[in-house]
Amino acid sequence: MTDSDGALGALVAIAVGVFALAFPFVASGYHAYQGQQVLIFAIALLGLNLLTGFNGQISLGHGAFFAIGGYGAAILITKFGLPYWAAIPLASVVCFIAGFLFGFPALRFGGLYLALATFALAVATPQILIYKGFDAYTGGAMGLQLTKPHAPFGLPFSADQWLYLFCLVSAAALYWAASNLVRGRIGRALIAIRDQPIAAETMGVNAALYKTTCFGVSALYAGVAGGLSAIVVGFVSPESFGLPLSLAFLVGIVVGGLGSLGGALFGALFIEFVPNIADQLTVSFGESAKALPGAIYGVLLILVMAAMPMGAAGAARAAARALASSRGAKVEKDGGGNVAASYRGKGETP
Amino acid sequence: MGEFLHQLASGLALGGVYAIMALALVMIYQATQLINFAQGEMAMFSTYFAWKLMDQGKPYWFAFFATVVASFIGGVLIERLIVRPFANAPVLASVIVFIGLAFVFNSLAGWLYGYSVTSFDSPFTGRPWFGSGYMSAHEAGAVLVSLCVLAMVYAFFRFTPLGLAMRAAAQNPVSSRLVGIRVGWMLAIGWGLAAAIGSVAGMMAAPIVYLDPNMMFGVLLYAFAGAVLGGIDNPFGAAFGGFAVGVLGNLIGAYVVGDEVKLSVALAIIIAVLVWRPSGLFGRRLVARV
Amino acid sequence: MITRRTFLQSSAAAAAFAAGAGSARADNAPGVTDTEIKIGQTMPYSGPASAYGVIGRTDAAYFKMINEQGGVNGRKINLISLDDAYSPPKTVEQVRRLVEEEKVAFLFNTLGTPPNTAIRPYCNENKVPQLFVATGAAKWNDPTHFPWTIGYQPSYQTESHIYAKHILATKPDAKIAVLYQNDDFGKDYLIGLKDGLGADHAGMIVKEASYETSEPTVDSQVVTLQGSGADVLLIVATPKFAAQAIRKSYDLGWNAVRYITNVSVSVATILKPAGLEKSKGLITGYYGKDPTDKRWADDAGLKQWKAFTDKYMSPTEFIDANAVYGFGAAATMIQVLKQCGADLSRESIMKQAANLKDLELPMLLPGMKINTSPTNFAPIRQMQLATFNGANWELFGELLTG
Repeated sequence: MTDSDGALGALVAIAVGVFALAFPFVASGYHAYQGQQVLIFAIALLGLNLLTGFNGQISLGHGAFFAIGGYGAAILITKFGLPYWAAIPLASVVCFIAGFLFGFPALRFGGLYLALATFALAVATPQILIYKGFDAYTGGAMGLQLTKPHAPFGLPFSADQWLYLFCLVSAAALYWAASNLVRGRIGRALIAIRDQPIAAETMGVNAALYKTTCFGVSALYAGVAGGLSAIVVGFVSPESFGLPLSLAFLVGIVVGGLGSLGGALFGALFIEFVPNIADQLTVSFGESAKALPGAIYGVLLILVMAAMPMGAAGAARAAARALASSRGAKVEKDGGGNVAASYRGKGETP
Repeated sequence: MGEFLHQLASGLALGGVYAIMALALVMIYQATQLINFAQGEMAMFSTYFAWKLMDQGKPYWFAFFATVVASFIGGVLIERLIVRPFANAPVLASVIVFIGLAFVFNSLAGWLYGYSVTSFDSPFTGRPWFGSGYMSAHEAGAVLVSLCVLAMVYAFFRFTPLGLAMRAAAQNPVSSRLVGIRVGWMLAIGWGLAAAIGSVAGMMAAPIVYLDPNMMFGVLLYAFAGAVLGGIDNPFGAAFGGFAVGVLGNLIGAYVVGDEVKLSVALAIIIAVLVWRPSGLFGRRLVARV
Repeated sequence: MITRRTFLQSSAAAAAFAAGAGSARADNAPGVTDTEIKIGQTMPYSGPASAYGVIGRTDAAYFKMINEQGGVNGRKINLISLDDAYSPPKTVEQVRRLVEEEKVAFLFNTLGTPPNTAIRPYCNENKVPQLFVATGAAKWNDPTHFPWTIGYQPSYQTESHIYAKHILATKPDAKIAVLYQNDDFGKDYLIGLKDGLGADHAGMIVKEASYETSEPTVDSQVVTLQGSGADVLLIVATPKFAAQAIRKSYDLGWNAVRYITNVSVSVATILKPAGLEKSKGLITGYYGKDPTDKRWADDAGLKQWKAFTDKYMSPTEFIDANAVYGFGAAATMIQVLKQCGADLSRESIMKQAANLKDLELPMLLPGMKINTSPTNFAPIRQMQLATFNGANWELFGELLTG
């Protein structure tokens, strides 16, 4: 890690930040909407990555927490008259509790069984949402319609721009929180629990508390994303929160890179835009191929996994390592005085 | 009483199909420690293959065995070409690949054959000699076939050298290689067998649920539930789980909570069972030495 | 800490983002040039509802045929049909793309109740015609609140009203059991049935049983319904489940009068798999000709349909009721465009969509006419009851208006 790396990285981060900030003012409302979707997915993926990437608990059911956030916010806004900036945090607290509670039975069964149990949760979610006992609040099969918020205090933004900025600030804040979390003691505890659970316990890490809290936090993130989605789309219905959503989240964190927070953005871009790309590609296969976007998406998934099995973050790491080792080899050619460098060039550790 | 017996009978019939699918899942799990999310779609695709053969005039049993063989070959090819490259990748990368495969098979079937409901012949016709009126001949036949498949799988793993080699390769690949077992090919054969078993499940399910590209999704779902309930690393457990899920699902929906919340209640039950027995009812509890 | 890794990630992200963005162009006459009319549509080409994607493909094939015949008033139709996977957030995105990027003149035949509900406010705020939405929910006939949105087929509630009236007229002491799909489609029929029966007859419904589309069969539900002692069964199910319900109710020896919704009436794709003998006595509200029903074999309209699928589609679509639906909707659309003449502004298009008078289509029942007006946004409102005699559907009674 050299100083030039740090400066370059900071410059790029600033450039990305400026781009993200300026984006809604130069792009159309449609693109701003897409930007909102990307940010919403990124928040959900951050949460899921905390749970699955850093803490090793596989969840195939985060669409359920996304739904609780979405419906929670929608109900608070339409039935209780709360403003959206209060409804979303409140709904996400409910999600935290739900996730925390789900984390308890999850402690007992691990790995595969947790994956299948959360898979069942994802499948059951639309049925729970449409349940006629909750009709008075959820609107049943018809769902709930919300009006889009406008910029407050008469600020000169369009609704699209304002919503985008709202999502951007939320995403940035949540990213900052998550990255502090993983860099600190809690993050190390989570990773320790994932990699060496027994050793971690011996070192005094209260695995049960960390795991359930991690579940809660990741559910909270999904809940914020769901609440934002409700106001951005302006509509919630049981069909918005089915199994495909939970699967998309899983795809997002794997493609982005497990255990990498930055990968969440790449994963979000992937699950937002690649289905559109698959749809566009069907045109090149002829008219009857309009029926094929699912197959094309499946093929793209397999190809992307083949090219980047560790996700985009993993690929970036590998590329960085390749660059570093080529520098190491250069040092060797220059004089061979540095033994460590010569080992690095061969890809081994001294 | 009559209604109860009807629920029981149709639960058993479907449960048989779930049991066969659960066996296919167990087969791949035992070999690779992975759950194949595309198993259902592969089975559906195999069933369409059989249907196409019968559509061209071939008799049922010819189509049946041709499909089983073709599915076996297909499974081997998929393992070699698509699954093998991810052997050293993280587990979730393989899961994504399976999800991709599921999309591909589902979409391809819709494109090739359309989404119209198709009937699929059954080899079992006439009145069954038992449970007549409660079970159709095919349903009774499907239960018998499930039990046969279960017996054959058990016999294969227990009594044949190949089965032994496969079990060894799954439990201890390094030592297996040392004694000369071609571990890679054992995995491929495992996939082939799972695909073949899946195709049997599809061909037994189709006369009951009707053939269409989305036919197997529900079956796979309940097969998962059955495998989790019974224990994914135990063929008998998973098969028992399949039957149990079929029967219990019907009974719960009919008598306990109504169909509107059947899925959610099933989920709650699964979680409850797992909390009590985390490896499923009959699964092996792995205890590791620290 | 920023590292080379985040640099590469950030650049990749930025590049991907930029590739997705485009530039907005201003256009005064939305979607219309001297040579072309651009129309937009979203369809579930992937995902759980992909069976309905054939409607979009039929629309496209129909417009292709029209274009080969010279188009409408010298302009070709350019249909841009995008996949929304039946997910409302994606529908909103695709519709915004169609309206803001592709600058289509209007939306046509967008499919699904949740997707259309999600985009209705946007279309009405931006005054984009949302024409002939492909869903049977009752809510699309609301010109006062949503003057830019118009439905197409007879609504589910209209249909179950007709069944309710028929039950009251023929079997006033009936005990009714209902099997329904647990979504907006199924629930709408249930509401319509209850409305049609009225509050004082609400007790006629003795048992309701629902199913999810993720379930393999509905056999268990049918058993439950029989156990209630009902003698009338209403089957509100999509094709696969309808076939299962028909077969199971027969196999159980249940002698109920069975009503079936008109999404599941096809002889070849539902009644035959269920068993023609087992389907005898089914009652439905019919509004379109079933291409697999022998009674229409010499019908001129059916011959048009056959010629169309022979040239532009395939035998798979010939028997597909969804494709027949698209055929009719596209023809209705062309009629609207013809009526617009030279004025293809959005206001004019909407005005003509609300101005269809006695339009007859080849695959509608003989005598059925499509009518719209500024206060009536339900183009097809007529149905005729039919019963299945073991070989084909026999119409009886008169054309009823819902």
